[in-house]
Amino acid sequence: MSDVTATRGSDATEAAEAASSSHADTEPTTRMNMIQAINSAMDIMMERDPDVIVMGEDVGYFGGVFRATAGLQAKHGKTRVFDTPITECGIIGVAVGMGAYGLRPVPEIQFADYIYPALDQLVSEAARLRYRSAGEFTSPITVRSPFGGGIFGGQTHSQSPEGLFTHMSGIKTVIPSTPYDAKGLLIAAIEDNDPTLFFEPKRIYNGPFDGYWDRPSQNWSKHPAGAVPTGYYKIELGKAKIVRAGEALTILAYGTMVHVCTAVVAEAGIDAEIIDLRTLVPLDIETIEASVKKTGRCMIVHEATRTSGFGAELSAIVQERCFYHLEAPIERVTGFDTPYPHSLEWAYFPGPVRIGEALKKIMKDA
Amino acid sequence: MTMASEHPRANLQPLTLHIPEPKFRPGDAVDFAEVDVPPAGEARRPDTADKASDFIDLAYTLVRVLDDDGNAVGPWDPKLSPDVMRRMLRSMALLRAFDERMFRAQRQGKTSFYMKALGEEAVAVAAAYALDYEDMCFPSYRQQGLLIARGWSLVDMMNQIYSNTADRLGGKQLPIMYSVKEAGFFSISGNLTTQYPQAVGWAMASAAKGDTRIAATWCGEGSTAEGDFHSALTFATVYRAPVIFNIVNNQWAISSFSGFAGAEATTFAARAVGYGIAGLRVDGNDALAVYAATEWAAERARTNQGPTLIEHFTYRAEGHSTSDDPGQYRSEGEPNAWPLGDPIKRLKDHLIAIGEWDDDRHAAQDKELAEQVKAAQKEAEKNGILGHGLHQPLESLFDGVFEELPWHLKEQRQQMLDEESASGRPWDIKA
Ligand SMILES: Cc1ncc(C[n+]2csc(CCOP(=O)(O)OP(=O)(O)O)c2C)c(N)n1
Ligand SMILES: [Mg+2]
Repeated sequence: MSDVTATRGSDATEAAEAASSSHADTEPTTRMNMIQAINSAMDIMMERDPDVIVMGEDVGYFGGVFRATAGLQAKHGKTRVFDTPITECGIIGVAVGMGAYGLRPVPEIQFADYIYPALDQLVSEAARLRYRSAGEFTSPITVRSPFGGGIFGGQTHSQSPEGLFTHMSGIKTVIPSTPYDAKGLLIAAIEDNDPTLFFEPKRIYNGPFDGYWDRPSQNWSKHPAGAVPTGYYKIELGKAKIVRAGEALTILAYGTMVHVCTAVVAEAGIDAEIIDLRTLVPLDIETIEASVKKTGRCMIVHEATRTSGFGAELSAIVQERCFYHLEAPIERVTGFDTPYPHSLEWAYFPGPVRIGEALKKIMKDA
Repeated sequence: MTMASEHPRANLQPLTLHIPEPKFRPGDAVDFAEVDVPPAGEARRPDTADKASDFIDLAYTLVRVLDDDGNAVGPWDPKLSPDVMRRMLRSMALLRAFDERMFRAQRQGKTSFYMKALGEEAVAVAAAYALDYEDMCFPSYRQQGLLIARGWSLVDMMNQIYSNTADRLGGKQLPIMYSVKEAGFFSISGNLTTQYPQAVGWAMASAAKGDTRIAATWCGEGSTAEGDFHSALTFATVYRAPVIFNIVNNQWAISSFSGFAGAEATTFAARAVGYGIAGLRVDGNDALAVYAATEWAAERARTNQGPTLIEHFTYRAEGHSTSDDPGQYRSEGEPNAWPLGDPIKRLKDHLIAIGEWDDDRHAAQDKELAEQVKAAQKEAEKNGILGHGLHQPLESLFDGVFEELPWHLKEQRQQMLDEESASGRPWDIKA
C-alpha cells in the first residue's frame, strides 16, 4: 500500500503506515466507501474466526440502517448475524455474556446517541470484567456505532460521546477517518481481547467531508484511502497516523475533523503537521510528543462538546510533556457546549471558519 | 476446579439457538390467515373496579366493536353520538392528509425528516377523544394524531417541521419531535421509551397532590424491549399510578418484526399480567374499540384503581420514516392484506351503516381537508423552510441549555458571532 494518505504523503507517513499495518504490498485493492470497508472487515473476521458474531437492531436481514452489515446474514447465517430487541443495555449485556462464554461479539448500537441506556453494561461490566475477575473472564467485544453530526440529524442522531468512554478505564476507543483505516482498525479491534468502542463518523461514510457544507459532496472513489485491500490486514490499535507532515504546528484530530483540518490547512497555506489519532485509548503519545516538540505549537480539533471533551485530556498531556517546547498556548477547536441543534447545525459544527480563526491565533507570533 | 469433561456430556442433545423470522419477506405472497381475529363484540367488559387478576384473559384476545358489516356490537360499544364519531372520523382524515402533505414536503427537500402514522390513525385520535383535554400525554413520535384531535394548529406543527422562524422549538429539535404543553403534549424524545417512566412520574405527582388529572403514554411494540418500559411498569404497579400505558403494536420496528420484541411467545398486553397491572388487547384499527378501552382505563385511573396497559393491534402501512424503504425487508403485499382493515374506512362504513354519513360527504370532506392542509402549508412556508434563509437568530443556539447562561457559554456564543462576522457566511444550506 503505497499511496493511502489523504494528502501529500511523506516518508515518515509511509514508514509509519508500513510499520503499523500488517498486510502485504502486493494485496489486490478495490474501491470501497467506509461502509463497505467496515462490512468487509466483519465479513473477513467471520470467515476467519467462527466465534465472531454480529448483532444489533436491524443488522440482520435488512443489513443495518446504514447498510454496514448488508449481506452478512445471508452469508454467515442467522445464528451469527442477527437482529436484536431494541434494548441497548440488553445488547451490550448479552454481548458481555457471549464474550464470557468465549465468543467474540461485534454488537452495533444504531446511533451513538442511543448508547446511553447501555452505559452500565459498558462501564461497570465490559470495562471491569478482566480486572475484577483477575482475568478469569474478559470482554472481547467490539461495539460499533455511527457517531457525529453534519447530517441534519438533530440532537439524537448527531452526538459525539467518545469523551464519556475515554474517561472510563478498561475500554478502548477507536475512530477511523478513511475506508482503509476503518477496515484495518476494525479487524484489529475485533481481534483485540479487550472491549473496544468503534465510533464510525457517519458524515464521512460515503466520502471525505471538508467542512464546506455548501460545496458539492465528495465520495471515496477518488480518494487514495478509498483503495482498500480486499483481504485481511490490520492496523495496530494505539498508532496514530501523520496525514500531513509539516513544521509550523501540530494539529491533533480524528474522524471527520481530519478532513476538515486538511482542507483548511491547504486553503490557508500553512505547513501544518496533521495527526489523525485513530485510537484515543490507548493513545499514541510518541507520535504526538515528537510532533509537538518539533513544531512548538499544538491545535486540537474535535466535533464533540468542549468541556471535559477528549481535547481537554490531549491539552493536558501535551502541556505536561511538551511545555518547554511550546511557543504558543494550545488551541482547542470543538463543538459548542450545547446539545446538537437541528436548523443551526452549521453554526454549531467546528468548521473551516472556527478552525481558520484558531489557526490565525496560534500562528500570530510565528 | 475443572470443567466437566466433554465425555459425560457427549450423549446430550446439542442446544440450538432460536432466531425469530417473520412470515413474509419481499416477493412473498401474503396470507394473514394465521392472525387470530376474534369476532367483534365477543370480549367481555369487566367493571372498572374489578381486580386486574380477574380479567387476565383480556390480555390475550382482541377487544373489537366494529364488525365486518360496519355495525357496532358488544359490551365495549362506547355508544358515541354520531356527532362525536363524525368528529373522530374528521380528525383521522385530517391526520392522514397532513401526513401525506408533510411526507411530500420532505421529499421536495423542504425539511430533513418526516414520519407518518398511516394505518394507525385510530390509536392516537380515538384516545384523544376518550381522554380529558387536561390529561397529560407522553407520546412517541407517531402520535401526532393527539395534537390534531386536540385541535392544535396545523401551521404551528408545520413550523416545527420546517425548523423555521416561527418554530415554537426554535429549530432545536428534529422535525415532528413536537412539544406542546398547552395541549397536554409532552416534549417528544428521539430516545425510545424514555417517556414511559416520565408518564408514571407525572401521574404519581398528580396523585400525591390530590389532583384529578391522569397521564397516558405511548410506545411502539419494538420499544417495549427497552429497560425504561419495565421500570415504568414496576413503578406504576407499586404506587398504583393513575396512568395509561399504550403499546402501539404495528408489527414492525424499522425492519424488525414484532417477534424481536417477544411476539412469538405471547401478546404485548400480557406484559401487564406479570406486573399485576390491568391489561387489554384491542383492535387498533377500530376507533370505537380504542375509544372504549381508553375510556375504561381512564375511569380506572380516575378512581384510584391504578394503571392499565393497552396493546393496540395495528399495522404500520408506511415505511418507518422518510429515511426508510420497507420494500427492502417486508412484502409489499402486507399493508393491503392486513386483516383489520383501514381505520378510517371502518369508522366511515359504520357511520354510513347507521345512516349518518355518505360517500359524497366523505369525498367532499377529504377535498376540504386537503385544501385546509395546503393552506396551512402555504402559511407556514411564509416563515421559511429548513435551510432556506429564514431561520432562528444565531445567538438563540445557546438559549435553553440552562436557565441562565454561564460564562463559558457566553464566551462561546460570542465566538460564534465573531465567526459569522469574520466569514460573512449565512449558516444554512443554499436553496
Ligand atoms: C434508545 C433508542 N434506540 C434506538 C433507536 C432507533 N430507533 C428509532 S425508531 C426505532 C424502531 C421503533 O419501533 P417501534 O417501537 O415498534 O415503534 P414504531 O416505529 O413502529 O412506531 C428504532 C430502533 C432510538 N430512537 N432510540
Ligand atoms: Mg412498531
